[in-house]
Amino acid sequence: MTAVSGTGAAAFLARYEGLRTRLPGARVAWVEALRDKAADAFRAKGFPTRRTEAWKYTDLAAVAGAAFGEPLTSVDDSPALPPATHPRAVFVDGRFRPDLSTLDGVAAQVESLGAALPRLEGRIGALARPENEPLAALNTMLFEDGLVVEVAAGAAAGTLEILSLAAESERAPAFHPRHLVRLGAGATLTIIETATGPAAARYLHNPVFEIEVAEGARLAHGRLQQEGHEGIFLSTVYAHVAAGGVYDNFTLNAGAKLARNEIHVALTGPKAEAHMNGVQMAGDGQHVDTTTSLDHAAPDCSSRQTYKTVLAGRSRGVFQGKIHVHQVAQKTDGYQMNQALLLSPDAEIDSKPQLEIYADDVKCSHGATVGELDADHLFFLRSRGIPEAQAKAMLVEAFLTEAVEAVADEPIRTALEQGVAGWWQRQGVAA
Amino acid sequence: MLKIENLHATVDGKQILNGLTLEIPSGEVHAIMGPNGSGKSTLSYVLAGREGYEVTEGSVSLNGVDLLAMEPEERAVAGMFLAFQAPVELPGVGNANFLRTALNAIRRARGEAEIDAMQFLKLARARMKELHMPEEMLKRPVNVGFSGGEKKRNEMLQLALLAPRFAVLDETDSGLDIDALKLVSDTVNSLRGPDFSALVITHYQRLLNHIVPDRVHVLSAGRIIKSGGPELAQELEAAGYAGVQAAA
Repeated sequence: MTAVSGTGAAAFLARYEGLRTRLPGARVAWVEALRDKAADAFRAKGFPTRRTEAWKYTDLAAVAGAAFGEPLTSVDDSPALPPATHPRAVFVDGRFRPDLSTLDGVAAQVESLGAALPRLEGRIGALARPENEPLAALNTMLFEDGLVVEVAAGAAAGTLEILSLAAESERAPAFHPRHLVRLGAGATLTIIETATGPAAARYLHNPVFEIEVAEGARLAHGRLQQEGHEGIFLSTVYAHVAAGGVYDNFTLNAGAKLARNEIHVALTGPKAEAHMNGVQMAGDGQHVDTTTSLDHAAPDCSSRQTYKTVLAGRSRGVFQGKIHVHQVAQKTDGYQMNQALLLSPDAEIDSKPQLEIYADDVKCSHGATVGELDADHLFFLRSRGIPEAQAKAMLVEAFLTEAVEAVADEPIRTALEQGVAGWWQRQGVAA
Repeated sequence: MLKIENLHATVDGKQILNGLTLEIPSGEVHAIMGPNGSGKSTLSYVLAGREGYEVTEGSVSLNGVDLLAMEPEERAVAGMFLAFQAPVELPGVGNANFLRTALNAIRRARGEAEIDAMQFLKLARARMKELHMPEEMLKRPVNVGFSGGEKKRNEMLQLALLAPRFAVLDETDSGLDIDALKLVSDTVNSLRGPDFSALVITHYQRLLNHIVPDRVHVLSAGRIIKSGGPELAQELEAAGYAGVQAAA
């Protein structure tokens, strides 16, 4: 059987062969080796199918069977930008746009990956695992740009926004930005990342983050996935947290036709902390997936995960959460909760918590619930004069409260609340 | 006024109300007493429009408007209020937010200006003082962690703020100590006037010492079997329902 040219894994591999000598870092030996190795991995496995355990509930057949074009190359195109409240790095179709970015006021070194790549040996590729995650392989093979953010030891870098836009176009571009965030010992940074695109445009956004949080550093990473209705968002985050460090990830996974928010966190030093919280919201025709994997690889670490999924219309949600407590990780304190609210009989959720514990002195709990809006609660609110749609909105908001309140960082919480409100405006309450 | 005529209703296919007829003129407070299972709570839910309570025959009108054709929220706008026997807890919904949303929903539907957070706070504080409710109960989620008495007082706060034309109190006295009973009664009595009427559903004479009804009705097997003045409540307290049922 021959692969259909122009679609799927074969098309991406062909593009790699064609671009190989022109991609950033093409003449840098370690970059070439990294990309070739990733290409080998992607060639061997291709897009994952549902026979792969990690992709049992999310079907990429539509992605594997689609044809994607080149990202936009013109810099003449200047899409309308939402107002920025902090220094902001703007990407259009995965390319950094210095002309649209305003980076003054961030106490960090911020550069485009395209420019910084040659000096990042041992950093790019340090955490990502193309051999395990095919989408990270695809990204490694084809990344052209991304953001590199480095915060010096002890620096309080404030808040940085990253805005990723898909351009209005017919070419159905695929882009694979590669981002690197490194915090030195004791440094702090808040990132608010927004991914969005036109309502009707087809595109594939396949970002990979590699994040290093050094001893005692703290990174708050808020992510608002609000891609267009026809967009595909497949994101993989790798974060390593050293002793006493904190990685606080909050993701609103609310846009796109198909979205996967995959996060791999390793707590590598004592007393490191991971907070992974999120809200997923999907309406008719949407599929949203959050998949987390957490390695407790050192003693005295703690982790908190609260994920809430709200599904309306004919939509599908997935939560998979794996916690691996290594033998050395005594006194681990782990907590994971995922809850889903189904607003429609046509909505479906798959939930798979998974605990692997190899240490004997740990505290690890997890829970999962699935439910509908409580008819008594709804009647009570309506009996007080509150219209049905508004009463439902109040109860859904109440359902999300626990996850939203877990967001300690004020700018992220504000952005999140706006994101949730925006979802309502677009969605209505389609029950 | 509220006019109930020949009301028949079923719950899960089971006939509960069997031709209940009752008129409560504006300005009057009536009490309904009756044994367990006589249909008291069913009547209150039918009036408020709860799902699953099916009216198979008869009519209910409030000030001449067909109540049964309305959604629960439309009934509230029309002036109907049900004080629940067992108020639900709403984790994640702040009490102040809930109260203001309800008040403004009704004001909006009636074409009145909405009130802002400051105006609301002023209004709520005054009412809460009367009900001996600490102000921090505004900040807590609706009824979450409230004692039985606090939940009932919260119902009375809603009653006082929403100022309906017609209130149904479904065993609001159950589980209340004597002080709370008095506060509940004071709230209802403060609303009494030519444009307000109420139906007080209770098991006990005790509440009716504080909210003195104009009429007392005995409900049995889904219909009114006897009506009288306030003295009927005392009779029931002394002789029990069995005597009245036997005589009817």
